[in-house]
Amino acid sequence: MAQATHKKPSAAKTNSIALARTAAQSHFRTLRLGTPFQPRLDALARTQDWYNWAGYRAPHSLWDEELEYFAIRSQAGLFDISPMTKYRIEGPDAEAFLDRVTLRDVTKLKPGRVHYTAWCDDEGFVLDDGTLFRLSSTHLRLCSQERHLPWLLDSAIGFEVTIEEETEAVAGLALQGPTSFAVLRDAGFAGVDKLKVFDLAEFPHDGGTVTISRTGFTGDLGYELFVPAEKALSLWDRLMTAGELRGIRAIGYTALNRARLEAGLIVANADFTTAEHAIRADRLRMPDEIGLGFMIDLAKGHFNGRRAIVEARAKRKLRYVLVGLEIEGNIPAEHAIVYHKKHQEVGLVSAAIWSPMAKRNIAIASLARPYGDTMVEDLWVEIYAMRELQYQKLMKRAKVVARPFIKLDRRTANPPADF
Amino acid sequence: MTSFDAIIIGGGHNGLVAAATLAKAGRKVLVLEAAAEVGGAARTEDFAPGFRVSSIAHVLNRLHTDVIKTLELEKHGLQLARSDFMPSVALSTDGPPLVLHGAYGEVLTGSTPSEQAAWKELRAQLLRYAGVLKPFLSRRPPDLGGMSLKETAALGQTALALKKLGKEDMRDFLRVLLMNVADLLDEQLADTRLKGLLAFDATLGSHLGPRSPTSLLGLYYRLAGETGGAAGAQMLPKGGMGAVIAAIRAAAEKAGVTIRTATPVARIIVEKGRAVGVTLDSGEVLRAKAIVSAINPATTILDLVGPREVDTGFVRKVKNIRMKGDAAKLHLALDRPPQFTGVDAADHKGRLVVAPSPDHVERAFNPSKYGEFSPEPVMEITLPSLAGPSLAPAGACVLSAVVQYAPYALKEGWGTGKPKFLKAIMAQLETYAPGIGKSVLHAELLTPADIEANYRMPGGHWHHGELQADQMLMSRPVSGWSGYETPVEGLFLAGAGSHPGGGVSGAPGLNAAKRIIAMKG
Repeated sequence: MAQATHKKPSAAKTNSIALARTAAQSHFRTLRLGTPFQPRLDALARTQDWYNWAGYRAPHSLWDEELEYFAIRSQAGLFDISPMTKYRIEGPDAEAFLDRVTLRDVTKLKPGRVHYTAWCDDEGFVLDDGTLFRLSSTHLRLCSQERHLPWLLDSAIGFEVTIEEETEAVAGLALQGPTSFAVLRDAGFAGVDKLKVFDLAEFPHDGGTVTISRTGFTGDLGYELFVPAEKALSLWDRLMTAGELRGIRAIGYTALNRARLEAGLIVANADFTTAEHAIRADRLRMPDEIGLGFMIDLAKGHFNGRRAIVEARAKRKLRYVLVGLEIEGNIPAEHAIVYHKKHQEVGLVSAAIWSPMAKRNIAIASLARPYGDTMVEDLWVEIYAMRELQYQKLMKRAKVVARPFIKLDRRTANPPADF
Repeated sequence: MTSFDAIIIGGGHNGLVAAATLAKAGRKVLVLEAAAEVGGAARTEDFAPGFRVSSIAHVLNRLHTDVIKTLELEKHGLQLARSDFMPSVALSTDGPPLVLHGAYGEVLTGSTPSEQAAWKELRAQLLRYAGVLKPFLSRRPPDLGGMSLKETAALGQTALALKKLGKEDMRDFLRVLLMNVADLLDEQLADTRLKGLLAFDATLGSHLGPRSPTSLLGLYYRLAGETGGAAGAQMLPKGGMGAVIAAIRAAAEKAGVTIRTATPVARIIVEKGRAVGVTLDSGEVLRAKAIVSAINPATTILDLVGPREVDTGFVRKVKNIRMKGDAAKLHLALDRPPQFTGVDAADHKGRLVVAPSPDHVERAFNPSKYGEFSPEPVMEITLPSLAGPSLAPAGACVLSAVVQYAPYALKEGWGTGKPKFLKAIMAQLETYAPGIGKSVLHAELLTPADIEANYRMPGGHWHHGELQADQMLMSRPVSGWSGYETPVEGLFLAGAGSHPGGGVSGAPGLNAAKRIIAMKG
């Protein structure tokens, strides 16, 4: 009898494991996951032009990539950033932990503020870049391109901190463009006008809260909104309704990518290869080699990669530099090789467009030092322009210029302008 | 306040060797020892009224020649006489034992002439091959990142040594290098007693059985050691291992080293990525140019420095150092000397090994993989009071034995497991020395858990890290940091956790000190 009672729960347990296993078996049938906003995106997706963003189905475009770009610059573009990897970092040592992991001084990041940062391995090579949201003194959110849970957990040894991935639990939207503030105000987020660039605050939404920060990836006036996944659709609808007369448009990545390039912002694994993804030894990059040297704070306490970074600087071991280029003509130089004196290969363009805002042919390129660093004269790019099934090779002069390529006063204006 | 050039954390033999070497080079050196006495696991201590024993390390077989020369240990009382070389006796329940005499079996008795011939050949081969590896022990491991000309030349010499073996031997060296010891013994020997003894020696102190891949390396490591100029020779130091410590301590003090015992270090102070001093348990702060830790590498980095001061990847590596001890130490106070069956009086002063066959050693190892101790343990027994009467009252006797396998993380816990394990050990002893149980006045069994607690050795591992292929040379204590430096500038590691590893050799301490001197640290 005693045996029989013992058996029952174990049989039930076996059964539940089997059920869970069966339920998980067809995971492969969903090749790309939908985000919490998928029903709305699917309804708007006329181009059916999808790509894979960290395992999620994300739109390259929804209706017209040109007009989606102009929605960012003259109306308000709404972009689903839910696939972005998000970590909830909480505990009394959360600040100290992040100060050790990331490059910038987290003790200077006050609650209610956001900063753009990056983090390195022991050799000082960049693992990723991302944004760090300080929700309270002991609760922060780290957003990144790649996944880092094992690294973060191992980094937490010796700290009183918990780290949890919340990519699925938290949905995100970027609302970017001149009318974005007006949309939020009209949607009833009272006090959103108080947010300065890199500020964040919580606002009531649908019986819960939404975190709104004045941040973005476009160089324009804009906001990012984070909300529990179950409140995602109501947030979308709230914004779309409020924004109807302000020209709000859902957009895909192609439009955003143009805007970010104009803003001079880089993308991990597009403009540089992250350390854990690089297979070839010469693809690894230190912060100083991808324009992130400004983040390094040697005045603060120890942080990952510090020793290697200090040594590389002292021994002049930095081998590359990331620069903005202005290229003559109007043909985008995407993935063009950069030459010195038209014959010596010195680097590669990682992103390029004709910029409608700057009215310039712009690019981001990685060059082997000293080119782009101390030697900036006589640089050329070789553009292969396809002309009716024939490449026309164009050797165009390239000039190293400062980033961002455009600077919009409305991005930082206080209070934000009402368009 | 007196200021020091170097603070050595840990007054074990490596710490003392490093201290003495640095002091001889003109540094002002302070040694901080947590326990009441220096010597670490090489102390000789009381364990019963009137009975003393070498606590953990009891056989001297690899104290490095360079250490003896550099510290002039013979002037300071160290005695290494050829007449003290102890035989290794493979105990047997059926018939007389097999004995390796002199320096690791220069003469083999108790076996057939054909086996003696086979052993002579195998011994010569083992020593030749161990000889190729030997120079590595007295040097900093090759720095793969940026090798200096000197290092490249030294590596070239090893290549030359390999070449000198001749084509056939070189091929064979490379073939057997990572083999398991049991297979090699089966190729060349027939006598299971001899094979059992060698299988035991190869796996002594590691979490390996004779059939585990790479177990042969343990035998090479053993034979790369020498005593009195004879490779593989071993002896019981007169007065116990503590006498060796006394000689090293005397050399250190003569060189001007200051030693503070009962002074545990609480923290290593790191400022701007540099180790600048230590905070003691008492709160006292001491500063120095170089901080040399001759204690466990994981304790040093994770507890004293703390993970916050080093990079995540380094913490990962340090946490992954395997250091769960699998050997226990038995001390018996006997009212009279025991009589091991068939062993003559002279051989009782030797190393008495219970390891009847490689199969027996392997079977003893098997349960340890699953968190259980060996029901029929294998062991190395010595009777140190026979040669050093000061260790026991007149007429009485001390038995000191290393017993395997005793996994650190015993599944049932050592609280209840220890008495059971002691019973299993005593049953084995009774088989080889009938009546020994009745002569026991006091028994002390140190499990890895006890060794951890008493000697501050995490995992109770004497080597401060398994001494296996993946934790040797450039990978000891962790890959990328095998050259005694650490990512914390001014902090050096000088204990057995560093290359070349454990055993009373003094080599890690000496190598580390040489490195610090070379760096003008």
